[in-house]
Amino acid sequence: MKVTFPHMGYMYVPLKAMFKYLDIDVVVPPPCSKRTLTLGAKNAPEFACLPLKLNIGNFLEVKEQGADTIMMAGGCGPCRFGYYAYVEHEILKDLAVDYHLVVLEPPEKHIGELLTRIRQITGNRPWIKVINAIRYGYLKARATDEIERMSYQIRPRELKAGATDRALKQAIDEIDRADSPGTLPAALNRAREIMQAVPVDKNRPVLKVAVIGEIYTLLEPFANQNIERHLGQMGVEVDRSIMLSEWINDHLFMGLLKNVRSSQRFRKVASPYLNHFVGGHGEETVGSAVWYARQGFDGAIQILPFTCMPEIVAQSILPRVSEDTGMPTMTLIMDEHSGEAGMITRLEAFVDLLHRKHEQKEALTS
Amino acid sequence: MKGYLGIDVGSVSTNIVFMDDDTNVLESLYLRTNGQPVATVQRGLRQIREALPQQTVIRGVGTTGSGRQLTGIVVGADAVKNEITAHAVAASHLVPGVQTVLEIGGQDSKIIILRNGVVADFAMNTVCAAGTGSFLDQQASRLNIAIEEFGDLALQGKTPVRIAGRCAVFAESDMIHKQQMGFNLEDILAGLCEALVRNYLNNVGKGKEILAPVAFQGGVAANAGMRRAFERALGMEVIVPKYFNVMGAVGAALLAKEAVARGVPTRFKGFGVADMEYKAGSFECDGCPNLCEVIEMAEAGKIIARWGDRCGKWSNAVSVEQTAGSVS
Ligand code: SF4
Repeated sequence: MKVTFPHMGYMYVPLKAMFKYLDIDVVVPPPCSKRTLTLGAKNAPEFACLPLKLNIGNFLEVKEQGADTIMMAGGCGPCRFGYYAYVEHEILKDLAVDYHLVVLEPPEKHIGELLTRIRQITGNRPWIKVINAIRYGYLKARATDEIERMSYQIRPRELKAGATDRALKQAIDEIDRADSPGTLPAALNRAREIMQAVPVDKNRPVLKVAVIGEIYTLLEPFANQNIERHLGQMGVEVDRSIMLSEWINDHLFMGLLKNVRSSQRFRKVASPYLNHFVGGHGEETVGSAVWYARQGFDGAIQILPFTCMPEIVAQSILPRVSEDTGMPTMTLIMDEHSGEAGMITRLEAFVDLLHRKHEQKEALTS
Repeated sequence: MKGYLGIDVGSVSTNIVFMDDDTNVLESLYLRTNGQPVATVQRGLRQIREALPQQTVIRGVGTTGSGRQLTGIVVGADAVKNEITAHAVAASHLVPGVQTVLEIGGQDSKIIILRNGVVADFAMNTVCAAGTGSFLDQQASRLNIAIEEFGDLALQGKTPVRIAGRCAVFAESDMIHKQQMGFNLEDILAGLCEALVRNYLNNVGKGKEILAPVAFQGGVAANAGMRRAFERALGMEVIVPKYFNVMGAVGAALLAKEAVARGVPTRFKGFGVADMEYKAGSFECDGCPNLCEVIEMAEAGKIIARWGDRCGKWSNAVSVEQTAGSVS
């Protein structure tokens, strides 16, 4: 058995670690690229959303390397994502690309449900080993998240354009290379040092912008056209509303770990605008805009794949949040036709808008 | 004489203005970009140089439009700004107190909402509202009327025909249908203007609060039929500012003025740029599966800019100074 999974940002780091720990063969697909998208868009229905197209692309590319089992998350509720694993499997079958499919759905009642599904891959390996593997994977996710968040602080203040990107790549590779739970802490320390070594101007004034919205387009830089990097280089400190490790704790561990940021904080403040589940992260998206506004952020940018229903609901509510809180918001919709140049123009204009607002505020208070 | 240059390089057209110290636009040029932004800008600079008195001093240069970065590097710009900011700056200069800017060009359309002189919100076209200007051009030539007459003919339409304007493809086939049914040309043209305005307001202006004064700019603003259709749809007066078709360049010049007002000397390389040799080359990077088509620009044999790479490996390597200084 050779297991593979779709790309979603740095998710490959923890997943790879888990499988290796369990001595399961794993093949990581090549990073999402134009080729991935071309393959996916060609073989997926036109009106499917970007994540599905990229997933299909990932699976086709990695088949060339001998993968035979797909592990994928499922979902429930009104969002189509719940069906994606199955639909993708059918599309692959039609293409005569054979895969065994294992869908990990968020447990409805008890973590045991999840473990049963994991059994399909882990076979008769002892439970304690499986649980240790999950813990190890989770720690890797925590580590990559920490490094990514460091890059948010450093990039807008870097003295040499591109220095943060180079450091980030090296630092993530350090974490990726750590080959056991024992060597991970030291690797994380080295990664931190690499990031801290980037020369910065601590006193440079920066704007703070949150990127919020749909999980896949938020996490996968290919899908969001490297929005975090572009904003950073425009002198903007970003924060992302969903980090992988937080999501794992919220949805797979059902919030078991207590001292972790949770999307609960978003759902709590969403209620005057939207107080029921609309699928996906619609509710959290609305709530996150409120939350970031209260944290004093200068603006928020919602990202979603074209045709994403829960996010369209959220999009229609965001103007009201913006009016009430005074924090500007902008929505960017991604599909295979989105051009990077057009996005940069919009980002620049949005950042200009925030700058002028900031200056006005300062002029009024000083 | 002293003044500022504003250069707006779009995919279809390139506009250059010269603005004197008192912000009067003394020269303005409209050129077709024809896929050659640098050569077009050079041609424009030559024309401007000839039109201006010998001892003119350029105190600052601003660029905008999709070719802003490249042109900024080539000419040595003091301000490199996106077209939304540039249009907003120009509109609030020419239409005092403006609160809404409707902008429709050949390929792009946008709406900008200003409050207290500051951009408060904006939107750019989605695919379906793109190309209004080119679409009007196309229909004019299909109907065998000069584009300049289009607007006046549309104004004569007494009972505009309802045309399905969801997108250009629908609009065209519906127009042909209405023609075959025997409606008169004026009413069809008036109906087309109304359909395009509906389409714009639904796709671009969606959800935005449109308050007066409203400025209507971009090439399409020359069309009186479109202006009247906006006035009828919005129920308010729509102002077409004096330099409506070169507003991006006007804004860029104003931004350049603002930039050098802080006391920094201009980075303008001089009109000699018009006679320099620029060469664009390209190569495919095989550093990763993206296989980016990287384009590079050489000035007299020396690489001055690279772009087109997703990862920044190539662009970061040459344009360090420009990326750091391009915003704010
Ligand atoms: S420029 Fe960067 S992203 Fe593009 S192919 Fe080369 S390495 Fe890959």
